[in-house]
Amino acid sequence: MRNVWVILKKEFYTYFSSPIVYTILFIFLLLSGYFFYSNVAYYSLMSFQASQWMGANFNPITWVIQPLFGNMSVVLLLLLPLLTMRVFSEEKKQGSMELICSYPIRNLDLILGKFLGCVGVYTLMLGCTLVYPLILWWLGVGEWGVFFSGYLGLLLLGSSFIAFGVFVSTLTENQVVAAALTFGLLLLFWIINWVGYIADSPLSKICENISLISHFQHFTKGIIDTTDIVFYLTFIIFGLFLSLRSLETQRLRGLL
Amino acid sequence: MVCVMALKWNFFSTNLSYLDLNFSFFVILKKKENCLGQEKWRALLFAESIYILSKLEGTMIEVFGVSKSFGKRQVLKDISFTIQKGQIVGFLGPNGAGKTTTMRILTGFFPPDKGTIKVAGHDMFTNPIEVKKRLGYLPEHNPLYLEMTVEGYLRFVARIKGVNGKRETQRIQEVMASCGLEGVRNRLIKRLSKGYKQRVGLAQALVNDPEILILDEPTVGLDPKQITEIRQLIKNLAAQKTVILSTHILPEVNMVCNRVIIINKGEVVAEDTPENLTSQKGQVEILLKAPSKAEIKRGLESISGVKDLKISQEGEFYRLLISFSPHDDLRPVLVEEVVKHGWKLYEISSRRLSLEEVFVQLVTEEAS
Repeated sequence: MRNVWVILKKEFYTYFSSPIVYTILFIFLLLSGYFFYSNVAYYSLMSFQASQWMGANFNPITWVIQPLFGNMSVVLLLLLPLLTMRVFSEEKKQGSMELICSYPIRNLDLILGKFLGCVGVYTLMLGCTLVYPLILWWLGVGEWGVFFSGYLGLLLLGSSFIAFGVFVSTLTENQVVAAALTFGLLLLFWIINWVGYIADSPLSKICENISLISHFQHFTKGIIDTTDIVFYLTFIIFGLFLSLRSLETQRLRGLL
Repeated sequence: MVCVMALKWNFFSTNLSYLDLNFSFFVILKKKENCLGQEKWRALLFAESIYILSKLEGTMIEVFGVSKSFGKRQVLKDISFTIQKGQIVGFLGPNGAGKTTTMRILTGFFPPDKGTIKVAGHDMFTNPIEVKKRLGYLPEHNPLYLEMTVEGYLRFVARIKGVNGKRETQRIQEVMASCGLEGVRNRLIKRLSKGYKQRVGLAQALVNDPEILILDEPTVGLDPKQITEIRQLIKNLAAQKTVILSTHILPEVNMVCNRVIIINKGEVVAEDTPENLTSQKGQVEILLKAPSKAEIKRGLESISGVKDLKISQEGEFYRLLISFSPHDDLRPVLVEEVVKHGWKLYEISSRRLSLEEVFVQLVTEEAS
């Protein structure tokens, strides 16, 4: 566990000593700030007319918070592969895997340290957006429950992206390849539930259940379902397990 | 009890050579049991076990029957060697001979296809963490985290190598002092010159005070002053650590190492001290007076074992350079022959080869 902590701290150091985190954080806050502003502005514009004929359906949860989390999750799908692409690819390219392998640490510690380092940076990114519920509360909309479940959902969804990204970055020493592959495959996992519209029952059911987005939608509505939590945790553990296998196989074959 | 345990422990040792050794000891001891009587036999058994243990303790690295292939290309072919505690071993070989592969296997970067490796009594594959705690490694391309400061980087490596608390700061100070890094401790590694980067690489290898230091071409690309400094640094470690130094700079080996392992095409072709390697008994120089060149030629070429004979005339003397197989010493036979013919012998000396010559000889011998 101590080694995990040492690696985690080093990862943090690396992220913050290079422009990666600052750039990603800037873009993330810019885009989600824009979405938040436009959602709130549109809601207030509509509220004058719509409340009369839409009644109870017209509320800030469905018109502001849900779309905000939806939009943030798409931005994360684009940005998190850029955060994870360097994790192992950079080490492989620089040849520092050779040195790390000579240190008395287990591969699992290395992977956990790097994963948690990434999750730490990601949590910080999410932390910066906590001003949105505060602003809404200041405006008189104190929907804490929905925000809590939404953030929990985002954290789990983002961690799944990261676990998968860590795995992909063990496969190649080229960071661009790692990012492109992570983004592409995650997008596939995202939209795989579309098969549900065209395929028959067993296949459509499976595709819907392994889709990353269909599990996330519950969280944005304020529903915390253990099925969804278990799904994301399984996805994370599977990603980390694949990373571990990938490292060990490459080590055995002398490909690191 | 102790001796039985010791013997048991040795028996379970996976290294075949020791198993063999122990087995023969056991057989001898068993035979002696009848004639010595129980008490004396036990005393002897105890003494022998202690002897075996002490022998084992002196061995730092045992490599036994190691082979490695990448795809169809076989890089190492059944390599075996042992390295004693406190030795500085030069690991020589032409490019692509398998030096780096051997080093990588020794540091646990990848396992061999076949064979065993024991470091300080621990098996590399059943107990890699214990082995790695005792290692310091400087890879060929010295991969450092360029965006970190020198001190920050050394702190990271110290922690990951399990150097804790108070000792951590103390060790970092010590290695920075011994590698001459105190002046640049807060500089980013990417801003350092190549020589300083190499020192940081060496410092990270030394930071856990390892028993074994594995250095892959530590002086490549440095200026002459830096080379001298790094060599001096390695020499200073001599008494305390076991060092394996891979290089293809041969004078470096002469200066620094007290043992040499030469490897070519994935096989160990020689293993000895630099002195023994260079004082090959294969060549003798003789200065004598004789009636004619032809007579000398006739007389000496008839000796079996002489491979080559070069004669040059220096005034009234003849200088002969005679080559023969390094395995048989022809000097007495040559002197006898000279005396038999009645020539006057003025000088006879073994010719000392340079390490370069030995190296080239061994490597080309293998190739042919």
